[in-house]
Amino acid sequence: MRPISYSRASAVADAVAAVAADPTSDFLAGGTTEVDLLRQNVLLPRRLVDINDLPLTQIEDRPDGGLYIGALARMSEVAEAPAVRERFPMVAQALVLGASAQLRNMASMGGNMMQRVRCGYFRDATSLCNKRDPGSGCSALDGFNRGHAVLGVSEHCIATHPSDVAVPLMALDARIHTEGPHGRQVYAIDDFFLLPGDTPHLEHPLAHGELVVGIEVPGLRMARDSRYLKVRDRESYEFALASVAAAVTMEDGVIRDVRLALGGVATKPWRARRAEEILRGAPAGTETFRRAAREELSAARSTPLNAFKTELAQRTMIRVLETLTSPESRPDPETPTESPS
Amino acid sequence: MSAPHVPSRAPAAAVLPERGPDPVTVTLSVNGADHTFDIEPRVSLLDALRERLAMTGAKKGCDQGTCGACTVWVDGRRVLACLTLAIACEGREVTTVEGLAEGDELHAMQSAFIEQDAFQCGYCTPGQIMSAVALLNEGHAADDAEIREWMSGNICRCAAYPHIRAAIRTVRDRTT
Repeated sequence: MRPISYSRASAVADAVAAVAADPTSDFLAGGTTEVDLLRQNVLLPRRLVDINDLPLTQIEDRPDGGLYIGALARMSEVAEAPAVRERFPMVAQALVLGASAQLRNMASMGGNMMQRVRCGYFRDATSLCNKRDPGSGCSALDGFNRGHAVLGVSEHCIATHPSDVAVPLMALDARIHTEGPHGRQVYAIDDFFLLPGDTPHLEHPLAHGELVVGIEVPGLRMARDSRYLKVRDRESYEFALASVAAAVTMEDGVIRDVRLALGGVATKPWRARRAEEILRGAPAGTETFRRAAREELSAARSTPLNAFKTELAQRTMIRVLETLTSPESRPDPETPTESPS
Repeated sequence: MSAPHVPSRAPAAAVLPERGPDPVTVTLSVNGADHTFDIEPRVSLLDALRERLAMTGAKKGCDQGTCGACTVWVDGRRVLACLTLAIACEGREVTTVEGLAEGDELHAMQSAFIEQDAFQCGYCTPGQIMSAVALLNEGHAADDAEIREWMSGNICRCAAYPHIRAAIRTVRDRTT
């Protein structure tokens, strides 16, 4: 690990000004990505600006029934918040199914949005990697890529986006609030995560020194009965091979509205818009779910090692939709849904 | 192989005071006592505890945030000391396994680990104990499934898991 210097900020404007003025400075929040990758010589900042004292820890109700989550609220705090558990259970579920208790106490929500990929070739600092060293090539394409993405991939990068909680946030049309050298910005979450394309080193539309300050979750009645299902090699403390965040409303056996997003299979948190289109207005049932899942994964581009994900993602989608639409699983709409933990 | 981008050493605009990269004086509160010493800002809390304060309870297993052997509490919450910078803990309260006992009297969880034979080699044990006490405080030990899930960040190479769960159950059932 290379030497670094350190500053601690107590106001957002100071932190932004310090990092924006210096291309060799990075923000430090929970450190679960930054310190890890510093030690691997993958990230090489000259200085870290510690933002943990900034007043960005709120979890506030919005008038529309939604929430505003401060960027420095920890994953564990958000997972335990009654408003999140009752109104957005898939968000609470995704949080408690991520990482470990210790990491969830450290990792901030803003940092979760900014976390880097787990691709072994990105992390080892010596392999070819277009994300780490643009134009050098991609060792994953012909390497050990069992965990890599099948959706949103390019010939330059197939690294899977690792976040769990970003998946339900994608389904909920969350908005990412930032403060930067050019003032406050609000990004639709789908625009906040970039596809790798020809520029896999660009993961977000942010300027250097632009700081995530909060996540706005719009109110959504049907999210009270939402689910996050995560499939992985181990039952705990493991990244997803495939995951699905879903919310559904029905009327007389017909799907009135649906939100669906995928994790573990794509280069960004993946909104399953094709599937949603097929499901909306269709009769709820396994045949419909199969057709929607097949259509969503029709664009999949896999390798011999990760081809199983194309099928696994479809089965995971079908399972969640069956669970959400089976009569016995639907709670009384007046009763808040308990999130398992 | 291409070299990673090496940033220049140009000084930043002096908006915030900057410390390091040479050793700087830091004061850490560990187990209720203040310790002042000089370290580089890059030093982890784990290395500061072990190498500077001679508190070798927290162990260095993976040093990359995956094994849990370095688990300590910062402001009462269990965290990984290997992914925490020591300098970032100034103004916070650090608790290590050395701070659990009251004088010669072991913490109930330490005693339970001995009674239940909850270790073989013992390397992961301080981290397991710091996690286990936090787990009970968090209220996530209702049954074995919940204990398993909420202790999953502490790996035991000897697979003493059944006895670790037994120790946790013992303390849970005594205190509730």
